[in-house]
Amino acid sequence: MLKGHRTWEFENKPVILGTAAVGGPFEAQGKIADDFDFLHADLWAEQDSYEKAQTVLFEESCNKAIEKAGVRKEDIQFILAGDLINQLTPSTFACRTLGMPYLGLFGACSTSMEGLALSAFLVNGKGAKYVLTGSSSHNAANEKQFRYPTEYGGQKPPTAQWTVTGAGSAVVASVGEGPQITSATIGRVVDMGLTDPFNMGGAMAPAAVDTIEAHLRDRQIDASYYDLIVTGDLGRIGYTVARDLLEKHGVSLSEQHFQDCGLLIYKDDQPVLAGGSGSGCSAVVVYGHLLNRMKKGEFKKMLVVATGALLSPLSFQQKESIPCIAHAVSIEYGGGS
Amino acid sequence: MANKKNKKLTPVQQEYQKFQSEREAKRPVFKNCVKAFFVGGFICLIGQFISSFYIYFFDFTERSAGNPTVATLIFISMLLTGLGVYDRIGQFAGAGSAVPVTGFGNSVVSACIEHRTEGFVLGVGGNMFKLAGSVILFGVFSAFVIATVKTILIQWGGL
Repeated sequence: MLKGHRTWEFENKPVILGTAAVGGPFEAQGKIADDFDFLHADLWAEQDSYEKAQTVLFEESCNKAIEKAGVRKEDIQFILAGDLINQLTPSTFACRTLGMPYLGLFGACSTSMEGLALSAFLVNGKGAKYVLTGSSSHNAANEKQFRYPTEYGGQKPPTAQWTVTGAGSAVVASVGEGPQITSATIGRVVDMGLTDPFNMGGAMAPAAVDTIEAHLRDRQIDASYYDLIVTGDLGRIGYTVARDLLEKHGVSLSEQHFQDCGLLIYKDDQPVLAGGSGSGCSAVVVYGHLLNRMKKGEFKKMLVVATGALLSPLSFQQKESIPCIAHAVSIEYGGGS
Repeated sequence: MANKKNKKLTPVQQEYQKFQSEREAKRPVFKNCVKAFFVGGFICLIGQFISSFYIYFFDFTERSAGNPTVATLIFISMLLTGLGVYDRIGQFAGAGSAVPVTGFGNSVVSACIEHRTEGFVLGVGGNMFKLAGSVILFGVFSAFVIATVKTILIQWGGL
C-alpha cells in the first residue's frame, strides 16, 4: 500500500469503469470538443443563476458517468466531489439530488485527482465497491467569486488564465473493464511566495514539480516509465516553468511526453491568454479527452498531476502569498498486467 | 522596495521567483500605452462630438454641455457592457477605456449584472459600487482636501 513517503500503490488495481465530461459553449469551440458527452450552448444551462448552472453541469456528468459505467445509481456507495465555490455548494447541491453518501473535498483545481486518489484508496482497501468522484467549475460563477465581474473591462495580463466551464466525473470500481488506477501521490502545500493571482501557473509549477519528483522517488521509477505526464492547469507560463525546473533537477521531458490540460482544452486562437484553469479543467480533459485517447491505445501509462492554488479572495486582499498543491494519480490501460 | 519585499522570503523562494520571472510573459507595456492612448483619445473624440452636438442643436453652452455629454457617454458604455462588448474593448485598450468616464460606468454596470442573481437589494444594490465605491469615496475626499487648501490659500493667504 504505502510506498515510500507519500505514495499509495494499489495492488487490487481499482478500475475506472465509466467517465463523463460536460462542457460549456466556450469549450464547444475548443480543441477537444468531440470528447465531451454534453456541451451546453448557453452558460446558464437553462438555470437562473450561474451557480445553479454549475450544479446542473456536475449532476449531468455524474449521471452520464454512472450510465456509461453500466451500473445502477443505487450501486454507488460514496461520492467524493468538490469545486471552487464557497462551501462547495455546486457539489453539495448536486449530491442532494443524487442522494448518495457524500464526502466534500477541497483542493482547488487539484480536487479532481484528490478525489480520484481517495476513491481508488477506498476501493482498493475494500471500503467500497463503486465510488463516484468528480469536480466542476463554471467560468462566470468562479470569476465572480475570485476576480472582477465578468463584464468589467479591466485588462488582464498575458499570464492570466481562463476558468473552464465544465464538469468531469468517473466511476471507480473494484472489478470490471477499463483503465486501472495503479498509484497515487498526495501533494504537499508548496508556497514560493508568489502573490499575483493573475499568474497562478507560475505559483503552482513548483507544487507540480515537487509531487512529480516525490512520485518518481517513492515508486523508484524513471519518468520514462510513463508514456504521458500531464499537469492540471499550469497554463503556458507554469508549464514552461515546470518543465525547465524538472530539467534543472535532472528530469528531462519532451513536449510530447509532458503536457498540460490547460493547454490541451482550447484552440490557440481562443482568447484565453495563458490557457485554461479551474477545478473542471483537469476533470474534463482527463475524464474526456485523455481517457478516450488511452482507450484508443495511443498511450498506456499516464501520470496525471492536478495542480491547485489554495488562495481565497480574502487572503489575496490581505497580501498573503499563494500556497499551492498538486496530487498525482497514475492510470494504466492495456499494459498487460 | 523590491529588496524590502524580498527580505521575508527564504533563499529558495527568492531563487524560484527569479527563475519564474525569467519565464513569465511580461505585460507589453509600451504596446499597451500606445493602444490606451489611441482608444482613450478616440473616446474623448466621441465625447467632443457629443458635446458639440448638444451645443449646436440644443440650447447648451460650452460649460453646460458637460453634464449631458458625460451622461450620454456613460449610457453608451453601459449599453456596451450589457451587450458584452466593453470587456473586450477593455482587454484591448486597458487604461484607454478604463480611465475615461465610460470605464466608471462599466465598473458600476458590470457589478450590477454580475450580482443580479442575488436580488435587487442585496445583489444589485449591495454590490453596485463594489468597484466604483472607492473611486467615489477617495475622489470626493481628495476634492474636499484640495478645496480646503484652495480656500485657505485664497481666503486667508490673500493669493
